[in-house]
Amino acid sequence: MISKRDKRNIGQRMLAAFQGTGAEEIVPDILLPAESLLDLYGEDIRARAYVTTDPIRGEMMLRPDFTVPVVQAHMENGAEPARYCYLGEVFRKQDMGDTRPHTARDNEYLQAGFELFSRDPDADAEVFAMFHDLLHPYGANAVVGDIGLLMAAVRSLPVSQARRDALLHHIWRPGRFARLLDRFSAPAPERSFPETQAAWAGLRGQQEMEQRMARLQADADTPPLPEIWAQRLRQLFSLRGNLAQVSAQLSRIAEDWPDIAASAQGIILRTGALAERGIDPGKIRFDAEHGRSTMEYYDGFTFSFGATTRDDWPPLASGGRYDALTRVLGKGREIPAVGGILRPGLIAELEQGQ
Amino acid sequence: MIRLGVPSKGRLMEQTFDWFAARGVRLSRSGSDREYAGQVEGADGVSLVLLSAGEIPRELVAGRIELGVTGTDLVREKLPGWASDLETVAEMGFGHADLILAVPECWRDCDNLDDFTTIARDFRAVHGFRLRIATKYHRLVRAWLAQHEVADYQLVDSQGATEGTVANHTAEAIADITSSGATLRANNLKILNEDPILKSQATLFANRQAMGKDMQRFLTQLGLT
Repeated sequence: MISKRDKRNIGQRMLAAFQGTGAEEIVPDILLPAESLLDLYGEDIRARAYVTTDPIRGEMMLRPDFTVPVVQAHMENGAEPARYCYLGEVFRKQDMGDTRPHTARDNEYLQAGFELFSRDPDADAEVFAMFHDLLHPYGANAVVGDIGLLMAAVRSLPVSQARRDALLHHIWRPGRFARLLDRFSAPAPERSFPETQAAWAGLRGQQEMEQRMARLQADADTPPLPEIWAQRLRQLFSLRGNLAQVSAQLSRIAEDWPDIAASAQGIILRTGALAERGIDPGKIRFDAEHGRSTMEYYDGFTFSFGATTRDDWPPLASGGRYDALTRVLGKGREIPAVGGILRPGLIAELEQGQ
Repeated sequence: MIRLGVPSKGRLMEQTFDWFAARGVRLSRSGSDREYAGQVEGADGVSLVLLSAGEIPRELVAGRIELGVTGTDLVREKLPGWASDLETVAEMGFGHADLILAVPECWRDCDNLDDFTTIARDFRAVHGFRLRIATKYHRLVRAWLAQHEVADYQLVDSQGATEGTVANHTAEAIADITSSGATLRANNLKILNEDPILKSQATLFANRQAMGKDMQRFLTQLGLT
C-alpha cells in the first residue's frame, strides 16, 4: 500500500516539471457546479461523478476532472497564449458491472496536468514531449491518434449536409457511426408515418416532428454513397502502425484524397517536430481511432501512455487537443487548446514495483 | 438454518407459495394477515421470512437470509456486482415484466432506438437541454443506452406515476417496468420497437456464501440440482 504522501510527492515533482516550462499553477475548486459538467458529458459523468446538493448553489459535483474548470477559468480571465498546470484530487465512482473486481479501483486519486492555450502549431508536439520525457523512465508506451483526420475525411464525403452532420455528431460513438455509414451507403428505405389517434403529449413540439419527417422524406431521394467512400473511410479509420510508417502512408493516401491533405500534413509535421525533440517516431504507435470512444470533444491530436507491464491499468497519462470543448464552454469564443493529465498514484506504484 | 425470504404480500407471495407447494414444501403465513411471520412444512432446517420485495436483494447480500425470491430487475438495479454475491438458483416462471423505453404515441417518426437517438440530438439543439427520460432504474437504463451509444439524453428520477411525467412536461420519454402495456397505452405512450432493456421474472436467488451442504440438500429436495 503506497501512502498518499508518496503519491503526492510524485505529483509535486511532476508539477514542478510543468512549472519549469513557465506554466502558471491553477487551483480550481473541488466542489463544482454540476450543470455545465452534466450538460457537457451527460449521463456518462452522472454515472461516474459524486453529485450532491447545496441549498443555495443547487446541484454540485466533486471535481471529476480538471479540464472543464481550467478552461472556464481561462475563458473568464486568461490572456493568450497561456499555459497552466495543476495538481489535485479527482473523484470518480467505480460502478462495476455484474461482477465485482478483485481489487476495487480508486475512487479518489491525484491528477497532475498541463494545458496550453495557444495558436502555435508546435503546441501539440510540446505537450506530448513534456509527458513523454516525464514517463520515459518508467518504460511507458505511447499511442497517438488524430480525431481531426477522421473529421476531415467525413467532411469530404459527397453526402447531404444532414448526413454529414449526423456522421460528425457520432464520430465519438463507433458503433452508431458504422451503422449510419452502412445506411447511407444503401438506397434509403421508404419511410411511412402512420397517423395516430393519440393526442399530442409532451414538450417536443409537433413542428419539430414535422421538420424531422420532412428531412427524412428529403433524405429518401438522396442517392446512396458510392461504396468506394465507405471503403476509403474504413481503410483510413483502421490505419495502425508506428508513427514513422503511418506518416509515409498518409502522404500517399492524401495524394488521392486532397480534402484530407491538410490534416495528413499536420500529422506529418507533428511527427517531424517530435523527431526534432529527440523522440523516435518509430517507437510511437499510431492508431487512427485512438481516443474515439473515450475522449468526446477531443477533435485533433490525442495521446495516451500505458504501463508496459500493467495492461489492466488505466492509462498513466492521456490528453490531446480539445478545441471543440473550448468552443462549447466559451459561448461564442474559442481558443485552440491542448493538454493532458497524468496519474501520480500509478507512477508511485510503478516506482515501488521497480 | 436456511432463511428463505419471500415477498410479504400480493400475487407475488401467493405464486411463490404455489411454486414451493408444487415441489412439496408448504409455506404459509402464520397468524393474522398483519403479521409478517411464516411457517414451513415439508422441509427441515428452513425458516420463512416475509419481507417487502424491494428489501430482499439487500437482505440476501447482507447475509440475513440465505435464499430469497425477488425480481431480476431489482437485483440488477440495486446490487452493483450482484453476480459476485448471488447465485441464480431458479427462474420461477411468473412475475414476468419487461423494462422498456417508451415515448409519446404521437411521435409518428419514432419507431426504434435509431429514431430516438436522432430525436434526442434534435431536441437538445432546439431546447438547449438534453431530452429527459424518467425512470427509477437508473443503472440499468444508463448501461443499456451506453451500450447502444445513445448520448444526448438525461435521466430524471421518478419513483412512481412515471407514465404521467410526459404529460406533465417533466420528461420526454420514460423507462419503466411493464407487463401488459395497458398503463402505457392509457397514458398515450408507445414502446420502442427494440428488445427490452431487461426481461425480468421472479427468481430464486441464493447467497453464494450459503451454498453449503444444507443448501444442497434443500435444493435437491426442490428438484433444482
